[in-house]
Amino acid sequence: MSGLMLVFLVVLIFVVLYQVARSSEMVAQIQGEQQFDKKRNKILGFSMLILMIAFFVGIVWCHEYMLPLMGPEAASNHGVQYDFMFKVTLWVTGIVFVLTQVLLFWFCFKYQRNGDKAPVFFAHSNKLELIWTTVPAIAMAVLVAIGLKAWFTMTGEAPKGAMQIEIVGKQFNWISRYPGPDGELGKKYFLNINDKDNLLGQDWKDKRNMDDIIIPNGELRLVKDVPVELIIGSRDVIHDVGLSHFRMKMDAVPGITTRIWFTPTITTAEMKMKTGNENFVYELSCDQMCGKGHYSMRAIVVVETQAEHDKWLKEQKSYYVQNHPEEFPAEAPIVAPVDSSKKITMNK
Amino acid sequence: MSNEAAIHTDVHTHDSHGHHDDHAHHEHKQHFITKYIFSQDHKIISRQFLITGIFWAIVGGLMSVFFRLQLGFPEQTFKVLTMFLGDWAHGGKMDPEMYYGLITIHGTVLVFFVLTGGLSGTFANFLIPLQIGARDMASPFLNMLSYWFFAIAGVIMFSSLFITTGPASGGWTTYPPLSALKEASMGSGLGMDLWLVSMALFVVSSLLGGLNYIVTILNMRTKGMSMTRLPLTIWALLFTAILGVLSFPVLLSAAVLLLFDRHAGTSFYLSEIYVAGKALPNVGGSPILYQHLFWFLGHPEVYIIMLPAMGMASEILATNSRKPIFGYFAMILSLIGITLLAFLVWAHHMFVTGMSPFLGGVFVLLTLLIAIPSAVKVFNWLTTIWKGNIRFTVGMCFALGFVSLFISGGLTGLFLGNSALDIHLHDTYFVVAHFHIVMGISAFFGMFAGIYHWFPKMYGRFMNNTMGYIHFFITFVGSYVIFWPMHYEGVAGMPRRYYDFSNWESFKQFGELNQMISIAAIIVFIAQLFFVFNYFVSIWKGKKVTDPNPWQSNTLEWTTPIKPGHGNWDGEIPEVHRWAYDYKDDGNGGDFIPQHIPLKEGEESH
Repeated sequence: MSGLMLVFLVVLIFVVLYQVARSSEMVAQIQGEQQFDKKRNKILGFSMLILMIAFFVGIVWCHEYMLPLMGPEAASNHGVQYDFMFKVTLWVTGIVFVLTQVLLFWFCFKYQRNGDKAPVFFAHSNKLELIWTTVPAIAMAVLVAIGLKAWFTMTGEAPKGAMQIEIVGKQFNWISRYPGPDGELGKKYFLNINDKDNLLGQDWKDKRNMDDIIIPNGELRLVKDVPVELIIGSRDVIHDVGLSHFRMKMDAVPGITTRIWFTPTITTAEMKMKTGNENFVYELSCDQMCGKGHYSMRAIVVVETQAEHDKWLKEQKSYYVQNHPEEFPAEAPIVAPVDSSKKITMNK
Repeated sequence: MSNEAAIHTDVHTHDSHGHHDDHAHHEHKQHFITKYIFSQDHKIISRQFLITGIFWAIVGGLMSVFFRLQLGFPEQTFKVLTMFLGDWAHGGKMDPEMYYGLITIHGTVLVFFVLTGGLSGTFANFLIPLQIGARDMASPFLNMLSYWFFAIAGVIMFSSLFITTGPASGGWTTYPPLSALKEASMGSGLGMDLWLVSMALFVVSSLLGGLNYIVTILNMRTKGMSMTRLPLTIWALLFTAILGVLSFPVLLSAAVLLLFDRHAGTSFYLSEIYVAGKALPNVGGSPILYQHLFWFLGHPEVYIIMLPAMGMASEILATNSRKPIFGYFAMILSLIGITLLAFLVWAHHMFVTGMSPFLGGVFVLLTLLIAIPSAVKVFNWLTTIWKGNIRFTVGMCFALGFVSLFISGGLTGLFLGNSALDIHLHDTYFVVAHFHIVMGISAFFGMFAGIYHWFPKMYGRFMNNTMGYIHFFITFVGSYVIFWPMHYEGVAGMPRRYYDFSNWESFKQFGELNQMISIAAIIVFIAQLFFVFNYFVSIWKGKKVTDPNPWQSNTLEWTTPIKPGHGNWDGEIPEVHRWAYDYKDDGNGGDFIPQHIPLKEGEESH
């Protein structure tokens, strides 16, 4: 009932406003169209100027309000490159933005029609048109050059010595897999998947799988200043590994393996200090619409020192061992072919 | 049927005929159904498109109000949600499934039904015959079919809101496998089928309309109306139609393949999937294929939305600045440039799908190239108003607002089109802000400009100005208030399509801001109702038009009677002697010379 009343009220307000507005046009007719037109142009021309001032004041105010809420500095090598490029683009677009918006609103105010100014017939100028074709072209060339340089670094091969972690999305959580002491991830196939004891569908005939560690909540443990390559997959629909603090992102597509690499540069503990936020954590968000739980598909990323990482690794049991405890009485060492050349970050 | 025959004779023999005194007589005899419902008059069809578009804009806008309530006030409950959504909002809290359904249908409806059907459907139909000097479209019958396919597509889409499993809910892009597997989401059940069928019918509508527009523009111009004398609206609508005809079929193929994957057991988009506790047999397909097909339409679609707005803004800015459009040929060339490039940039929506970095590089280059014709257009608009005699009609205000929004939204495209920046900004609120400003709000501004400007021609009455100004200021300020701060949220990495951010350490600090945005969105929505009210009341109560050319405009539509019948001109169609932008001294104290006025002795044609 109250809903109906509200609708009624809104309609009533509309009717009143419409009538008021109509009467103002009656006034216009009485005053004479031209007189009214002149007055209206004056008011609106002036409003455009006020609109511009309000616009820019609003932008500054919004900026001041937003700055303290923005995330911390980039926490990866690519992120630093990203931040630089963002700034350059912001300056280029910012200058164009201010210039064109000011001109637009200023012209509105300056060239409002009042009286009968002689019309200016200015339809064409090769020189001007050439200028504003070439200047944007040059600006674009600069942006493309900076952009492609960054793009090819970011998407290029991961450096030798990068640690590899697999991250797999499913509705609605992430699963991460670490290669274990052999430094290699074993094969997997989707037909082997079951939620009881083979989350990723590892092929147990592949011995490299025996020592692989799986973290079912998708936690990523990265080491400061050690490049990491994420090997990304999905079990069901398309997800996306979003690492906003590291300025990285990559889709997780079923049937396809995608990869990204980067080098974290600030540990979680350091970031807590820098931000003064005790609760600070790096978060991995799903950035591709994946169903009703999309917004809750969160995983924690921990950046730590090598020593902390090694300690953590030592505490982990391989997924195979966890699920087949009968085959491994007591704390027997994991049997897996260790290829020393592939041992990279697991050197204890 | 006799009247129809008469109109057809009109269309085909217009330059051999004298006055048609019997014309009005025929109009009078027309039955309500043939005149207003199954009409073949392009002017009626355009109004059908517009009013259907308004209906969909209200539906889509209301949806955004609902999901903004969720985003701004995730802790609170609202009775109004239960009122509209029923069991989807038990106790006043929206279900996530419904949230995703609403954002999906909001996007689909606004992109396709409002800003494609409602915008080019309305103005291509209305302006093409009137501005080129034709009695109707090349095929009025196909034109009628185009509307009715659009209407049926709408009915099917609307019905999907009322089924038990809810509407499609995979986002307006409906990427498989999410949209292909009913196990993956409730909305991927019947709702998705209805979505696909509706879109297929919409493509049919768009093709029938588009082919008609192209043929009409190329073949049915009046005597003297060479291509280089056409107003820019017509040029823009021509390229819009070409874009649509060449790209919509690709969307249709994407939809058909998706239907096969859903129901015929094919694996075009599916491979190695384990969902809802079982592994599916599909191997060998690629979900990325769908994205290529979708965006091959999806990107040109952006320009299908933008070009008509650009064309109308050009026309309205020139008319109300009392100056010729600056750089007419540069404007046409930039339209051509945009049209060509529009087909070559689609993969910039897919930078983070794991595509080849080299290919990504090519798409970066092509994407940023499109900034050049866009910049040329902006500078030309600015020069058009420079030293003008600006008359602030409501249409003009919206056209100016269009330029402001197009600049703001266009510039953020330079961030997103540059792949290295897109890696971080992709699928965040930065994208939401960018495309809402550049193709949502600014296209809406173009559309509003067009409606206020041509309303007198449509209905023989003016819309109420004062209400129009209120509408303009609230919408202009409100749009920036809504979307400007979203850029910041995006830079902070806040992902789009999230139902709730309160569990995220990185994004929850924006709670207060989201509230403010939601409140602004509600205000702007109410301001739009204000416009709708003005529109409908003015049809019957608006101030009557007394001057056949109320804006002192040069184009041909203003040479028709105040309320033109089917066939547009009572007598012969005027012959055209000059281009559309002769806003200059006419020698008698006037500042414009309409297109049908012959050149004076010694006067040079443009």
